[in-house]
Amino acid sequence: MEVMPVVLFAAFVGMVLGLSFYFAGQAKSAAGYYAAGGTVHWFVNGIAFAGDYLSAASFLGICGMIATAGYDGFLYSIGYLAGWIVALFVVAEPMKRLGKYTFTDALDAKFNSKGIQLAAALSTIIVSLFYLIPQMVGAGVLITPLLGLPHYVGVIIVGIVVITIVASAGMTSTTYVQFLKGGLLIIFSTMLVIATLNRGFTTTPDQGGKVPFYKYATLTACVNDGAITPDDTAWQFAGVREEGGNSLVKLVNSGKTSWWQKEVKADSSQILLHETQYMVQKADGSTIVNGNPGSPENALRPVGNLESIRGKSGVEALSGPVGPFEFLAAIGHPDTRVKGWKPIKFSEDTDSVTVFVSELTAGNRILRPGLKFKVEGSWLQKLDFISLMLALFLGTASLPHILIRYYTVPSPAAARKSTIVAIAAIGAFYILTLFMGLGAMTSGTINLLDNNMSAPLLAKSFGVFLFSAISAIAFATVLGTVSGLIVAASGAVAHDLMDRYLGLNLTEHRKVRAGKISAVVIGIISIVLGILFKGMNVSFLVGWAFSVAASANLPSIIMLLFWKRTTASGIIASIIVGVTSAMTMILLSPSMFKLYGLNPSSAPFPMDNPGIFSIPISFAALIIVSLMTQPKQEQMPEAVTA
Amino acid sequence: MFHKPADQGGKDPAATFKTALGVKMFIGYALVYAAFIGINVVSPLSMETEVFMGLNLAVAYGFGLIILALVMAVIYNQTCNNKEAELAGSPETKAE
Repeated sequence: MEVMPVVLFAAFVGMVLGLSFYFAGQAKSAAGYYAAGGTVHWFVNGIAFAGDYLSAASFLGICGMIATAGYDGFLYSIGYLAGWIVALFVVAEPMKRLGKYTFTDALDAKFNSKGIQLAAALSTIIVSLFYLIPQMVGAGVLITPLLGLPHYVGVIIVGIVVITIVASAGMTSTTYVQFLKGGLLIIFSTMLVIATLNRGFTTTPDQGGKVPFYKYATLTACVNDGAITPDDTAWQFAGVREEGGNSLVKLVNSGKTSWWQKEVKADSSQILLHETQYMVQKADGSTIVNGNPGSPENALRPVGNLESIRGKSGVEALSGPVGPFEFLAAIGHPDTRVKGWKPIKFSEDTDSVTVFVSELTAGNRILRPGLKFKVEGSWLQKLDFISLMLALFLGTASLPHILIRYYTVPSPAAARKSTIVAIAAIGAFYILTLFMGLGAMTSGTINLLDNNMSAPLLAKSFGVFLFSAISAIAFATVLGTVSGLIVAASGAVAHDLMDRYLGLNLTEHRKVRAGKISAVVIGIISIVLGILFKGMNVSFLVGWAFSVAASANLPSIIMLLFWKRTTASGIIASIIVGVTSAMTMILLSPSMFKLYGLNPSSAPFPMDNPGIFSIPISFAALIIVSLMTQPKQEQMPEAVTA
Repeated sequence: MFHKPADQGGKDPAATFKTALGVKMFIGYALVYAAFIGINVVSPLSMETEVFMGLNLAVAYGFGLIILALVMAVIYNQTCNNKEAELAGSPETKAE
């Protein structure tokens, strides 16, 4: 465990806890606890928006996805940012005018319906929990390299700190934690990108001399009596297997086993065996990594480098400092070759084996869509991609933890201005993600077992300080977003369900206490979920949260604002249909089947992103039910606005 | 009894104008965004085309969408500010 990351992390946690206790005295009223008294300055609120929104998914997940899938990861950045247009142009001011503490308040302003209160509150809780999972997974991902502790410890630490932040001063402390985190994230990400550009390119990245570049071996071989025999007689053939279109050859040298990837040269039929990395999980729980027992000292080597830059390699490929356009142009050049790695998993006797084989990809392929999203595939795969981009576009303006931030500013104009600050800050950050992700891809800093750590590990290649600062900020990223989510979810429980739906008519003091107790319970649930979902790419999970939010909430918001015939029953139907349809499709999707340990191709719903179906279904439910439940003219309610 | 909202800022005479402007600008941006998705799906290879300072269409369009969002946001805000100021000084508003 290194000292500096621990010190910076402890300093940040100490600072946010100090802030929370300082503000605790200001959160004695319900307005103070749930909406920071509605007195936050629009600029602070705008940066806090960025702090709220730029979650672990944005920072860890997107950078990790760009590091391994190139441009396809950046598509998330584009979709997330575009969603703010919906928030600004359509939702911001009306939400501010209609609501008080929660998203439910706004939906219910016109109707005062118990059904809306219940449905919208449950929708808020479900969406917040969906969004909480990736944040907590991200916390666990960070803790191991930062503090040397297991994944679950990170999840528990974040859970406890966030519960303390929210339970002490609610939205006030959450706002300033998010403001600090949003500002620091953008400043240090900019520093990391400048350092990356200043270092330039090499085909033999050695992390500034700290980690020697590892040159993977290639053996020539021939076939003798069915056995693949290396020309170097130190290696003996021990077997071959075909896995996922790859031919893997097992060799033994001095009693040590290793796996090699077989390639047959098209022009000469020469057999080449390329060195791989591999990990064997034994039945007794022990692991073998690259032939030796796994340990902190013997872990899988970090990967990712350029094999050639514009057709050049070695010394002549050294670039020195490069500008941002040159950086992208060089990586995207057709004669640039990026060495990536993919896992191949299989069982051998009682052992679970994962072999990581390398593959070269042309630069022009890296910087266009297609490595992750099969935009050149079947119509179903294209539809899946469209569905994701639709959910990202429409999801932002449907996220309860984002919507409640409109209640922390004093006026609709301030809500509008803070959204513009948010767009500027978030847009700038998302542009940086492309440079950070590609920097990790080409600097030998990708962890084969978890690409979520790509940005912090890129920072580590520049020294302990930047790594420590970036890791502490990444942790702060989780804290800021999780705080906002828990405020939203606890508001739904205490304000929407207990106070309004159940009609408990809580006093100000009891309302605040109910919010704090709810925050503790939701925090504990999020800890459990964060441990259960360990190992999934966090950005991927957030994509699902966007689908559920866009399906459950957006149709109601839009139709309430723009269709006068919308009824309370229509809104309730839309929320219920939106949540259930989106969740059902996700639970029956190929990715979830993989998580269940089942064959993904047997999944009943053949896509991973349900938005393109569930959002229209939710709109349709609202329209049909509203038309069926039109009140008589004299019963038409008016929205309560100031 | 209805649940009253937090905003007590009084009636906003520019609300109708801002809503209409917001919808128009939203549709404009949505069309540009839809075109981006359309190119990705229909002709992904064209995203490799170099268009600006060595950047390909995919990167340039992506950056363009982010920058366009900010530019449109600033225009929207300024237009709303102007309308709010104009209506704040109008006789009808003063009469209220």
